[in-house]
Amino acid sequence: MSLKHDIEFTLNGVKRRATVGVGMTTLDMLRDVIGLSGTKYGCGEGECGACTIVVDGASLNSCLMFAVDCHGRNVTTIEGLASDAKADALRDAFVLHGAVQCGFCTPGMMMQASHLLACHPDADADTIKRGIEGNLCRCTGYKKIVDAIASVGETAK
Amino acid sequence: MNVAEKTKTIQPDSLIGKRIPKMDAPEKASGKTRYIHDIDLPGQLHGKILRSARVHARIRSIDTSAARALPGVHVVITAADIPDQRPIGVAKDHLPLKRDRVRSQRDEIAAVAAESEEIALQALKLIKVEYEDLPIISDPTEAIKPGAPLIHPEPHGADGSHEHLKQGMPVAYAGKPDNIAMRFDYGHGDVAQGEAESDVVIEDTFKLHYVTHCCMGVSGIIAEFDASGNLLMYSNTQVPFLHKREFAEYLNMDPSRIRIIQPPIGGGFGSKLDIYPFEVICVFLARAAKRPVKMVFSREEEFLASPTRQPVLLTLRSGCRKDGTLTFRQVHTLHDNGAYTSWGATTPFVMMQTFSSLYRVPHCDYHTTAVYTNNPYAGSFRGYGNLQATFAIEAHMDKLAEAIGMDPLDFRLKNAQEKGEVTGQGMSFKSCGFKECLTTAASRSDFRRKHRENIRNRNTPDPVKRGIGIASMLHVGGGAKIYPSDGCGTILKLDDFAHVTLITGASEIGQGSETVLSQLVCEELGLPISAVTVVNNDTDITPWDVGVHASRTTFIAGNSAIGAAKKAKAKILAAAAKKFECPEADLDLRGGFIIKAASGEPLIDLARLMRNLHFTEKAELVMTTFYYEPPSKHQDKGFKGDVSAAYAWATQVVEVEVDTETGIVRMTRVTGAHDVGRVLNRLGIEGQIEGGVVMGQGYALTEDLTIENGVMRNPNFRDYKLVTAPEIPEMDISFIESMDGEGPQGAKGVGEAPAICIAAATANAIYNATGVRIYGLPFTPERVYRALHGKAEKPYWKPWKPE
Ligand code: FES
Ligand code: FES
Repeated sequence: MSLKHDIEFTLNGVKRRATVGVGMTTLDMLRDVIGLSGTKYGCGEGECGACTIVVDGASLNSCLMFAVDCHGRNVTTIEGLASDAKADALRDAFVLHGAVQCGFCTPGMMMQASHLLACHPDADADTIKRGIEGNLCRCTGYKKIVDAIASVGETAK
Repeated sequence: MNVAEKTKTIQPDSLIGKRIPKMDAPEKASGKTRYIHDIDLPGQLHGKILRSARVHARIRSIDTSAARALPGVHVVITAADIPDQRPIGVAKDHLPLKRDRVRSQRDEIAAVAAESEEIALQALKLIKVEYEDLPIISDPTEAIKPGAPLIHPEPHGADGSHEHLKQGMPVAYAGKPDNIAMRFDYGHGDVAQGEAESDVVIEDTFKLHYVTHCCMGVSGIIAEFDASGNLLMYSNTQVPFLHKREFAEYLNMDPSRIRIIQPPIGGGFGSKLDIYPFEVICVFLARAAKRPVKMVFSREEEFLASPTRQPVLLTLRSGCRKDGTLTFRQVHTLHDNGAYTSWGATTPFVMMQTFSSLYRVPHCDYHTTAVYTNNPYAGSFRGYGNLQATFAIEAHMDKLAEAIGMDPLDFRLKNAQEKGEVTGQGMSFKSCGFKECLTTAASRSDFRRKHRENIRNRNTPDPVKRGIGIASMLHVGGGAKIYPSDGCGTILKLDDFAHVTLITGASEIGQGSETVLSQLVCEELGLPISAVTVVNNDTDITPWDVGVHASRTTFIAGNSAIGAAKKAKAKILAAAAKKFECPEADLDLRGGFIIKAASGEPLIDLARLMRNLHFTEKAELVMTTFYYEPPSKHQDKGFKGDVSAAYAWATQVVEVEVDTETGIVRMTRVTGAHDVGRVLNRLGIEGQIEGGVVMGQGYALTEDLTIENGVMRNPNFRDYKLVTAPEIPEMDISFIESMDGEGPQGAKGVGEAPAICIAAATANAIYNATGVRIYGLPFTPERVYRALHGKAEKPYWKPWKPE
């Protein structure tokens, strides 16, 4: 049996505990232990960005982070964006600009985009493209995703 | 509705051609959509498959005892445990669990159902398999040679005889005397005569590579039997009704006891048209465990065990006259089928259409042989062979034009098909915007000027050269009559609040079909898009449909939905006419009201009329059904016939920058003109086209599934490179609205079109930039550098067909 650890952290603004295996990824913890399925598995190797979350203000691939390392930290997932007005605007922009097709990459894109805009509110198209470079999308060809993100950035205002 | 009630008239409004956001987008953008990976059933076990450690080998023995003894393991199965398993696939040559032989790296040997994925994976490691290696054939040109080792040899009886199996058995049991999996031979006219009439004749070999779908959501399935033995599957198939029938056959079950529910899908692109071993194996596990079993691939497994686009070796010989008239075309292709036969083997259906009918060609001769090898097996992938065919054709269009000194655009315009033509293959073009596609894409990209200028600039000292290339495509746009039926059913129901439930057989695979179908229904019933709920994912509820393939859904399911809506409208107007004692023709539906057609004056809220209908003595509900079967024909034995109710056209112009010092090709701009019949949802269609363009860019520049001696070298996103956001070209997309007479509101299918010409146009652009033609894909820096520096070997494959 694998070793288990009890950790405590803030998930989407709520303090909580979880018991996780030492080798478990944050992605597996979110999906299988906590039951939040918005964060997606696309590769498990840090290559696709479908599992993007924000930890203490930095966006990262939850498939590459051990669950035990969440201890004491502040974790935000796509579900946590629901209570964020800026994220609402971003979500509406994704919908209105047609940035969603199969939608499998979308939660990761949304996380990356909201983080990007938090860091660079005035991001232009090139900055946005580089900002989502680590997020693969097989359906949209990225253009409408970039348009959606740009439309809520400051340059659009 | 309150606002409208106060106004005196309701102005006509239409949803067609507008930018309508996808109905499922808010859920998806909130992370709330439950994909198959997100569904867990109570009591569910986790299934995992042990795949072959060898490429081609005899299985000597399999020992599963240690795996069975592992705590948490419920079931371990091998072929020996499933004596009734039957071969699956297009040619019935593929046993889900391999019996005595593995033929490729992906082959399934055993499967486990356990309490957790972790335990299942642990159990796989405990299974011991002894192999005896067999010679590996990974080169299709070797595989066709007489005397080549056989991939599917006739099995020997216990006494060494070949005779113990009956004639007519599936290949998996009966074996084959050679490695030929499938062949196609087509012709019209007389190529010898065509060649004799030619002023210029050229011949080249093209080598097309392996790529794979890379759906962002990996494959998965959940299978469960209820207490009465009924099977429920959660599956991402694109063809639920065909699946149901086939599963019944493979499982020796009554099809009516099988139900398929399709959760939202993380990408399809043709990958989910066939039944794959993992699906059948998961059902076997569920049957044995008497518990629901869920099986989800890892990304590596997705690479290893998914179908691919078919690699093709293609030798094309074409000719024309000095005046620019095409004279003939002769094509021989060799398809690497892989170890088993899936839809990839049948891509010649589509390829031959491009050869015979994209341009007017009086004489055409086409031969394909798909040959078994120990490589991954090829399936159906967006474009279905058309990328490969178009790559070759459009290279020759450029070469022929150059040989006779004609402008490449003029040469194409001279030979382009037009409305009203019936091609040598019997395809009849009732709507055709091909010439307009050519001229629109060319003028919007300033093709002629740039093409000439780039040639002049080839010898300037700047190491970065600019190029522009053009290519066009023809693809079915009104379904494809491949199965006995190419139809789709709709059930439409209006409730007493005038809310519509549209129950359609057509699956949503992310392409936005539910939104387009809703639009079409709203257009008939004068309702806003929010008045519709679509049900499209449960075979126990939805009416029959052939499936999502061949860019057919908008056309076929669209016509079906319109049919059902028209019937509902007729019923509503008849009731209203009675109520208001006026002829039906004086009434119409608009803005959720029954209105006077002439003035737009609202008479009654549709919801109220619905309730009136419901609560009168002769109570009635508005529920209609419609089945649409397109007026296309099956092909005859020689592959001739008008197989689609409409055909889609497109021209794409690609601009590149080639760094001659590094071989790096940057795609800077794509100008596309698409004959889509009519734009229904502008937002949706733009998204389809942009996504297709970038998928085509990957095929042209970055994606390359590397198989060496049967072993996949790059089953991950690090080494298999998908295009990322910073690399995308600028895109300029125009729509040619040829208003197809049979299409729903004039529309034709578009799903596959945008991916088809990109690689072909890129090859022409690289030539335009550098004067060097590259005959193989993808245009990686290494390949381009070698070609530019005279280090590339030009592929040559001697035309060959089995006698
Ligand atoms: S699943 Fe984490 S990057 Fe792909
Ligand atoms: S929308 Fe399908 S992968 Fe991005």
